[in-house]
Amino acid sequence: MPIHRHLQKHAADLANPARDDAHIEVKNLTMAYGDFVVMRDLNFTVNRGDVFVIMGPSGCGKSTLMRHLIGLNEPAKGEVWYGDFNFTRADTQERRRMVRHFGVLYQGGALWSSMTLAENIALPLEEFTDLARGQIAEIASLKLSLVGLSGFESYYPSQISGGMQKRAGLARAIALDPDVLFFDEPSAGLDPISSRLLDDLILELRNSLGATVVIVSHELPSIFAIGNNSIFLDPETHSIIARGNPKDLLEHCDNPTVHRFLSRGESQSGDPAAATKNANKDAAEKPPSSSVRSNG
Amino acid sequence: MAEVIQTTSAHAGESPKLSVERIPSGLVIHLIGEWRLTRDLPPIAAVIREIELARPRTVKFDSGSLTEWDSSLLAVVSKVSQLCRQHKIEEDRSGLPEGMGALLKLSETVPENEGARAQPPPADIVTQVGREFFDFLQGISNFVAFFGEISIALGRFVTGKARYRRIDLKIAIQDCGPNAFGIVTLISFLVGTILAFMGAVQLEQFGASIYVADAVGIGMVRDMSAMMTAIIMAGRTGASYAAQLGTMKVTQEIDALNTMGVSPIEFLVVPRVVALFLMMPLLCIYSDFIGILGGAAVGAGMLGITLNSFIQEAMRALTIGGAVGGVLKATVYGVIVAVAGCLRGMQCGDSASAVGDAATAAVVTGIVYIVVACGMFAVIFHILNI
Repeated sequence: MPIHRHLQKHAADLANPARDDAHIEVKNLTMAYGDFVVMRDLNFTVNRGDVFVIMGPSGCGKSTLMRHLIGLNEPAKGEVWYGDFNFTRADTQERRRMVRHFGVLYQGGALWSSMTLAENIALPLEEFTDLARGQIAEIASLKLSLVGLSGFESYYPSQISGGMQKRAGLARAIALDPDVLFFDEPSAGLDPISSRLLDDLILELRNSLGATVVIVSHELPSIFAIGNNSIFLDPETHSIIARGNPKDLLEHCDNPTVHRFLSRGESQSGDPAAATKNANKDAAEKPPSSSVRSNG
Repeated sequence: MAEVIQTTSAHAGESPKLSVERIPSGLVIHLIGEWRLTRDLPPIAAVIREIELARPRTVKFDSGSLTEWDSSLLAVVSKVSQLCRQHKIEEDRSGLPEGMGALLKLSETVPENEGARAQPPPADIVTQVGREFFDFLQGISNFVAFFGEISIALGRFVTGKARYRRIDLKIAIQDCGPNAFGIVTLISFLVGTILAFMGAVQLEQFGASIYVADAVGIGMVRDMSAMMTAIIMAGRTGASYAAQLGTMKVTQEIDALNTMGVSPIEFLVVPRVVALFLMMPLLCIYSDFIGILGGAAVGAGMLGITLNSFIQEAMRALTIGGAVGGVLKATVYGVIVAVAGCLRGMQCGDSASAVGDAATAAVVTGIVYIVVACGMFAVIFHILNI
């Protein structure tokens, strides 16, 4: 049975694929700020081990969806499930136990500015483990070395570059070896090389930790490089208008909005052939990574 | 027969001009001269009126006499295009400069978002007053709810269960304690001198100059020290708390704490509230002494009262109840300032201007609640005969 598929109808028409290895399930989720509905009746499933990309134009509600997934925003309607655990209906204590399994990298890194990098990473370890202080310091150093920041333990966030802050944020996100890693625009504001390095790092960490990865992004190179499943949010219909492997969507999805987005707006007529040509050109310019090959 | 309507700006020479010519197939709009944003631009009302009244079949442009152009002309042409669409008039853009056609196309690529211009209907005065009143009630409700959350967190702090960093508490104490000495010294001394001066002018007439010390002592210890210190701390520390927490909100540091399962109230708010709770009584006592010293300076300079006599008289006038009451007030004001600052910081929006708004709101909220609390203390102390 093909795992990925694409659809361009209204979300209500989309059948939610039932999978045995579903890690995150979003059921009839409606997100709203007051009376303003951002997205309505979202239904999708993220499989264990997926690199799941939430795509869509700027301002469509990608980050808002991620905030709902990690419990920072409450849904107007619907539920978020992690396996058999109803995250939306859980009480504060249960949620607190659940978020221990999350790692979140925010857009700007969101490092605590009054703490050194080592202290940033140590905080969740102190909060959720009974490790001795020395052990925590060692683990913090290890996590920093995993993201290429060995030796920067005593630096404050203001003393390092934006790319380094993102990597330090990633080190903090993986401090507790999380089951699910969330990334909000990981490549935003990074130069192409740093962005590429971060993509590789995300894949490496996913492979070594065995975590499920959820990424909010509209950076096409990143999306094609690391995503193996995705949804496309449409601000016009306030719904999901496509889902599946981003590369499959580029080649087969005939929704003009999705096509324009995935082909950098170069196939405005919705010409799939032109879009595919562009995608192939992109792929040829990128060195392949192991995960991309396995999914392609 | 062709008819030409022309509008020009005040400048002569290469000034921008618009003229409309009626031709059998419709209208031709002649674009003439140098169209620059820095120049006086001709009014287009006549052109609009001509299109609306004549309702031509087609509208053409002629840019043969156009020497320079920028967005000023683009805005005019865009307006004409909009009118043409509105009245279903055919538009011929072949006479426009090449680049302008491309820019117009770009501006029309994404249609206007429906409802983007929609404004809520203006509320009548009763609705506005009602809305303000409910906002005020909501504000009190938020303050009380936030105070409740802090109380629970403080309970955990007292029992040693709260999650915070001791270094943060030390920094907060340093910031609102020793670092505030300078400004508290200056203001308290000045308030003491003002009280003494006002008292001296009146009491000297009755030969009761020595009682200036009583006025200064009682005034500073019972009310003024606590009140002035609290207002200083609202402007200094309360605003700082709001800005710090607001910035952390903007940079998602508070979100990061939440997703780590760490309570921002325990981690960020409790150290700040505890710091002010501990420091305000000390600052108040310090302010008492400095204020009396300020009064003594006036007494010595204007009334010939020695420092020793002034202080002895002031101490004689004071009661234990008054002194304790002053310190108690300062403690409560300190908690109010801290809670107001932290509340506004935690309620901050997601932009840089929101941080400024939060800091302003923290000062206003803090001072308003301090004055309200002061009134309540006055009534309670009167009932208790303190």
